[in-house]
Amino acid sequence: MKRLKHIVRPMAVATIAAAAITAVASPSVAAENGKFRLGVVTFLSGGAAGPFGVPSINGAKLLINALNEGKVPGPYGQKGINGLEIETVVIDENGGATKQVEEFRNLAERHKVDAVVGYISSGDCLAISPVAEELKVPTVMFDCGTSRLFEENKTPRYVFRTGLDAAIDNIGAARYVVDTNRKTSAVASIQQNYAWGQDSWADFRAALTQLKPETKIATEQFPKLFQGQYGAEISAIAVSKPDVIHTSFWGGDMEAFVLQGAARGLFDKSAAILTCGESALDRLKGQAPNGLILGARGPFGAFAPKNELSEWFHKSYVAQVEMAPSYPAYKMAQAILGLKAAAEKAAAGKTGIVPEKEKVLDAFTNLTFESVSGTVAMSRANGHQALQGISYGEYRYDAKTKQASLANVKSYAGDCVTPPDGTTAAEWIKAGFPGAKCGN
Amino acid sequence: MNVGALPPARMRRLTDMTTFYAILMDGMIYASWLFLVAAGLTVIYGVMRILNMAHGSFYAIGAYSAASLVGWYFSSNGEANPYWSYAILVGCALLAGLVVGFVIEQGLLRFMYKRNELLMVIVTYALLLILEDATKLVFGVDPYFTYQPYSLLGRSMIGELAFANYDLALVGASVVVGGLCWFVLNRTHTGKVLRAVIHDREIAVAMGVNVRLMFAGTFIVGTTLGALAGALTAPSISVSPGIGVEVIVLAFAVVVVGGLGSIEGAVVGALLVGLTRSMAVHLAPEIELFVIYGVMSLVLAVRPQGLFGRTVARKI
Repeated sequence: MKRLKHIVRPMAVATIAAAAITAVASPSVAAENGKFRLGVVTFLSGGAAGPFGVPSINGAKLLINALNEGKVPGPYGQKGINGLEIETVVIDENGGATKQVEEFRNLAERHKVDAVVGYISSGDCLAISPVAEELKVPTVMFDCGTSRLFEENKTPRYVFRTGLDAAIDNIGAARYVVDTNRKTSAVASIQQNYAWGQDSWADFRAALTQLKPETKIATEQFPKLFQGQYGAEISAIAVSKPDVIHTSFWGGDMEAFVLQGAARGLFDKSAAILTCGESALDRLKGQAPNGLILGARGPFGAFAPKNELSEWFHKSYVAQVEMAPSYPAYKMAQAILGLKAAAEKAAAGKTGIVPEKEKVLDAFTNLTFESVSGTVAMSRANGHQALQGISYGEYRYDAKTKQASLANVKSYAGDCVTPPDGTTAAEWIKAGFPGAKCGN
Repeated sequence: MNVGALPPARMRRLTDMTTFYAILMDGMIYASWLFLVAAGLTVIYGVMRILNMAHGSFYAIGAYSAASLVGWYFSSNGEANPYWSYAILVGCALLAGLVVGFVIEQGLLRFMYKRNELLMVIVTYALLLILEDATKLVFGVDPYFTYQPYSLLGRSMIGELAFANYDLALVGASVVVGGLCWFVLNRTHTGKVLRAVIHDREIAVAMGVNVRLMFAGTFIVGTTLGALAGALTAPSISVSPGIGVEVIVLAFAVVVVGGLGSIEGAVVGALLVGLTRSMAVHLAPEIELFVIYGVMSLVLAVRPQGLFGRTVARKI
């Protein structure tokens, strides 16, 4: 009897374990369940969750639900993606590039997703790009801005980016400063001390110096990411008496800098340009001074053009989340719409099937599609990188209505601020923006 | 520092009175904040010999409680006196510190006092991770923005530079906190008993001191100081996930420089780090990231026990 127990107990344990493993692994079997399985990766925790991750996942949920119900206007009336319900596997981007590569492999091999949309961090984008090519998973980067994405992956097949290169933010910012006739005899910089901040400043500095050679740099500050306290940096900038202050700060760092700087009158005599400022448009309220120049990393958020699709997105988002969508929400929606447009073009009218992967890739390459930010042309990086314009405008807050808005908005066409294929942003700026089409 | 080796622009900046005042004021303000953050950490280590990694979480809890309650106060009481928000800030910190400190001390730490110091580091690190997630569960991941108390006090001109009066008030708050800590430790009966516990726990027990009660009280005070630092910082920052982890590294740098467990050491450590960092920001911003840890390394190379730390023979 005892011997029987010795045999039965391990067998029972093994059976339960096997059942558990099967249950956990079931998504891999369910890949052909008649749904389009989409991996969605964004920050759900950490410092980037509040300003970027949460708006983007809200945007994704809203759009995917509406697509599944067939309620999206414009050319997206067909339910889900090519008539298939979209099923999502949501992954938290927090935790670093190594973890993200593991998560991506899980998405591809265990969850067997049909495509992945995601990635805010440039480090994550750079780490995922070769893995996406290796595992042959169509991957749409929706937000990361590193220029290196397609400099390192020169012949992309599976990787697309529907968001803009960060160099465009800063070339656009320099053009805005020049076009609004700001003095640039003393320009101050404050950036988070990592690749994003350093690259942003290098691009802005080069572009501004190219556009206005008399530009002088007054001070360059590189505080630590998430430092939160900027008293000394604000003093150093104030002492340098700048005409213009440039920052690519994002999230809590950007909001803290605005709050602390405004309380000390830093922006009273200097024009400050915040390339990611729009993400806090509805939170800055009365503590940000009027005249602060904000960008949205493209024609997103408050800069989105007014059309049926963008107005529907804005209205639905406000109804669901009870606040206006900031630019990460738009960028996420843009990536999903791009994927849908490509998949449906690849299906060529055969609805209710997951179109062949290779055909989706072909369709996505050089695709022009309608988005919540207007028309998007995948016309850079051999048809894998979106080309769009960029806008900047001045912050205005009405204390009576408690509403923030943008004034003196200037928009620059994609061809005005984007280097041609085969030329890096640094080379293009240095050469004096050859071929730039900036006609009004 | 070899001033003569500085490039002309930096030399001009160094001799410029505005820059001099700016370095001094920024250094003082940053040092005050550092001291507020580090005070609770050093109090707990001084008495209990616990290197409390969870201190950053107490800071975050204080910041979140204050930001959410002050935010609610301003959004729901349009006509209310805005100056009451300062009372709410302090009240939040006291309440949050008392509750969290009591629960953690009574629910976890009192069962582990006889354990090794290193094990306590791991226990409090686990606590930090748990509290980080608990904070997210309670307050969510959206940032909290409670700017009204920061801008309400206006600004003052010192030389050519404007400083937020709230930041100047923070200097006063840190002097009050430091003075209170010093007074309680050096001029009260409780302080004498605490010093006896710090000097020799076993003898203190033999003399009839209720060490358990002292430990509980100290931990709650340390927690409250951490929460107070967070609550007082909340109006000047965007309160978002991860703020506790960011400050714990700085707080450690300050108490290590000053000497673990020494209030005087925390004051000097905060001043040293604050002023050095301020000098770096104004004169050589490219080394600003390194300078805090540079100071720490230098001090530890000369005095491994920190500036005010005592070398203690370890009992085996």
